[in-house]
Amino acid sequence: MIALTINGKQHTVDVVSDTPLLWVLRDTIGLTGTKYGCGIALCGACTVHLNGAPVRSCMTPVSAAAGQKIITIEGLDSRVGHAVQAAWDKLEVVQCGYCQSGQIMSAVALLSGNHKPSDSDIDSAMAGNLCRCATYQRIRAAIKEAAKQLG
Amino acid sequence: MTMSEIRIVNESRRHFLQAGIGLTLAIYLPLGRAASSAAKPGKAGSAAAMSETFEPNVFVRIGEDNLVTVIVKHLEMGQGTYTGLPTLVAEELDADWSQIKVEGAPADAKLYNNLFWGPMQGTGGSTAIANSFEQMRKAGASARAMLVAAAAAEWQVPADSIQVKKGVVSHAASNRKASFGELAVKAATQEVPAQVKLKNPKDFVYIGKNVSRKDSKAKINGTAQFTQDVRLPGMLTAVVAHAPRFGARLKSFDGARAKSVKGVVDVVAIPTGVAVLARDFWSAKKGRDLLSVAWDESQAFKLGTDEIFSQYRILARTPGAVAHRTGDAEKSIGRAAKRLEASFEFPYLAHAAMEPLDCVVKLDRDSCEVWNGDQSQTADQNAIAKATGLKPEQVKINTLYAGGSFGRRANPDSDYVLEAVHIAKAIGGKAPVKMVWTREDDMRAGWYRPLFYHTLRAGLDADGNLVGWQHRLVGQSIVTGTPFEGAMLKDGVDATSVEGAANLPYAIPNMLVDLHSPRLPVPVQWWRSVGSTHTAFSTEVFIDEVAHAAGKDPYHFRRDLLKDHPHHRGVLELAAQKSGWDKALPHRDGVRRGRGIALHESFNTYIAEVAEVTVQPDGSFSVDRVVCAVDCGMAINPSIIRAQMEGGIGFGLSAALYGAITLKEGRVEQSNFNDYPLLRIHEMPQVEVHIVPSVANPTGVGEPGVPPIAPAVANALFAATGKRLRKLPFDTSELKII
Repeated sequence: MIALTINGKQHTVDVVSDTPLLWVLRDTIGLTGTKYGCGIALCGACTVHLNGAPVRSCMTPVSAAAGQKIITIEGLDSRVGHAVQAAWDKLEVVQCGYCQSGQIMSAVALLSGNHKPSDSDIDSAMAGNLCRCATYQRIRAAIKEAAKQLG
Repeated sequence: MTMSEIRIVNESRRHFLQAGIGLTLAIYLPLGRAASSAAKPGKAGSAAAMSETFEPNVFVRIGEDNLVTVIVKHLEMGQGTYTGLPTLVAEELDADWSQIKVEGAPADAKLYNNLFWGPMQGTGGSTAIANSFEQMRKAGASARAMLVAAAAAEWQVPADSIQVKKGVVSHAASNRKASFGELAVKAATQEVPAQVKLKNPKDFVYIGKNVSRKDSKAKINGTAQFTQDVRLPGMLTAVVAHAPRFGARLKSFDGARAKSVKGVVDVVAIPTGVAVLARDFWSAKKGRDLLSVAWDESQAFKLGTDEIFSQYRILARTPGAVAHRTGDAEKSIGRAAKRLEASFEFPYLAHAAMEPLDCVVKLDRDSCEVWNGDQSQTADQNAIAKATGLKPEQVKINTLYAGGSFGRRANPDSDYVLEAVHIAKAIGGKAPVKMVWTREDDMRAGWYRPLFYHTLRAGLDADGNLVGWQHRLVGQSIVTGTPFEGAMLKDGVDATSVEGAANLPYAIPNMLVDLHSPRLPVPVQWWRSVGSTHTAFSTEVFIDEVAHAAGKDPYHFRRDLLKDHPHHRGVLELAAQKSGWDKALPHRDGVRRGRGIALHESFNTYIAEVAEVTVQPDGSFSVDRVVCAVDCGMAINPSIIRAQMEGGIGFGLSAALYGAITLKEGRVEQSNFNDYPLLRIHEMPQVEVHIVPSVANPTGVGEPGVPPIAPAVANALFAATGKRLRKLPFDTSELKII
């Protein structure tokens, strides 16, 4: 049994300890907002926050997340989180939408530590998140918009 | 319905006008009541009157809660159908945008067929808005007329004295007003109008404006439901071991080790391999990886990419099936003062949508229910019926959001859908099955954009006029052997192989386009913008070469050949003007810079793109800026059009820079995003989109942004370096300064 704190809620899960956090979130807990895209940390669709830092849940064994503060797209309830989601909505970023949970989690992590990201800051923080629809131009604009709103 | 009745995907607008007349004003019983077959147009009848909802037609449902539900017959895979089609309804209904809700249509070709495809429900060929334009507007206008009739009866005033604005029905003289919800029950008893008058475009309040996307919020907060997210009671997840080569068959397998994995429930043989079923994905995948499987590879395909190209080069020396002939190209080129010749190579490409292929199936004795981001409901319904022995109407398809598709989820053989059905069959339907392919499974499963080899020849006379053009294409047909063959293959020419080449717009007196369609066991299918993915590149790079050989500016050279093509010419001029074509790019020390232009029509949409590149001494380069001009008829939602152009350019750049599926001894060499890279944020150019104002009926925007970008970049690289890259993906080592 492994104890997890996800979006402020306690869960005890009966899974093998090397199971990736992604599949515990999706299949065991039922939080399907975090997506499977590649399974080897190349696309960022599975990004969640572990103690505030963006991690690829597809390569994070559930045992490594035990006892830590896990936040998923469903639990994004911070000022920065709301600003990012509002900017995504305002600038109509999404197309197919499958990668966007991960994009948003990466963007929130960036803006939480850097209120005025430059283009190169955005590049380094977001380069690990693939978008097959190539919504990148709007992702960049939305991060800047959120930064503006956050002041 | 016979499949041979299907008409071609890329139909002309004239055909649309013929096909688009008449709204399906079928009335059916509201949800929760006894099922009834579709009634004929006419009075809505007492059944609807008893309900709490008003369903003036199969596309609109208005509840007493004042919500207007628009039933969308096309898949939402990112291209904006769940916003675009409801916009058409809201416009003619005069609804308030905030009261519009969207629901995916059930699979029912009688009610929800693509009007360009005859009796087929499906999404593709950039047709969603174009085929629905009149149909959805009429659906909205009919509902509006019935609401007005209800208010007129209630208030005892003439219908033509009633106004509707933003979801409020009002009568100014008597100062009365009502919401749609308040009128819904009474409206359901009104006569369905035989004729409706559609708005004059000058009165549009939503069309042409940037109404907000209906799918944004759910995709931003993680609640949007993709097939991957379906969870049913007792559901098992299946991961499949596929053959290592195309054409190999299962010989035997040992599932003992797989079954020892905690959570694994069953291991079964299916026609395409061995499926491991477990309580969750991770256990199923662990089990799959522990399978011992022996394959019979006696009939398997064992050639590599290099051997395929060698054979194609030999084929290209002989004439193929003629796709277009004007004058005598051979003779005119033979006599020309200057002759040019070039060949082009295009690899297999995977769709690689972010959501790996998946499908959920619940199979019972007399029904099969499917959850899928379905791009081709009728074909899938028929294929499932055949595989299960059920009738097509016993196959229920719930169309969910697709996490990208780019054509892949409209598979002509229903490949992945049938695989899921076969797994459900193999376990006797004892549990609902969610089949999930890993990224590697998805990458290696085939159904690629076909590999192509092109040769082009051209002749210029002494004055630099283009007098002859000869274009030969070699590549697999994507329709041969599919249900689409009857409609799309004529005289040995697959229309999708030569689109964009056989209808080249430039005024050339002598032209010959011919095609070889070798048969190979590598499965191929449509990939966003289909034939134009390769024809736009070879034709637009070669016309650039011809322009330079003629000593002319490549923009002006093209423009002069487009006198009879105002749409092509319009976007070309707009892109050139907005990009500042006639001004030189600012010089930067230590790097080479260049600008290139390309023009292409696909799916009746005209696009020109100008790309600016900066090339480093080591040959690496960046695409800094792209100016895109698009003529897609009337712009329904400019923000979504711009999004499709931005995205199409990024998608096309992924292919131009990196995209290649290669084979070695028949095995696919790529597996994941490490060896099949996609464009990342730092590689995305600044894209500017300019939409040509138009009152013509709208055409599609999902695909046409893709084709011009690779040739525009290749032409820009030539301008910067003097090197012609004629092979995709680009080999940047050729741009190195030695």
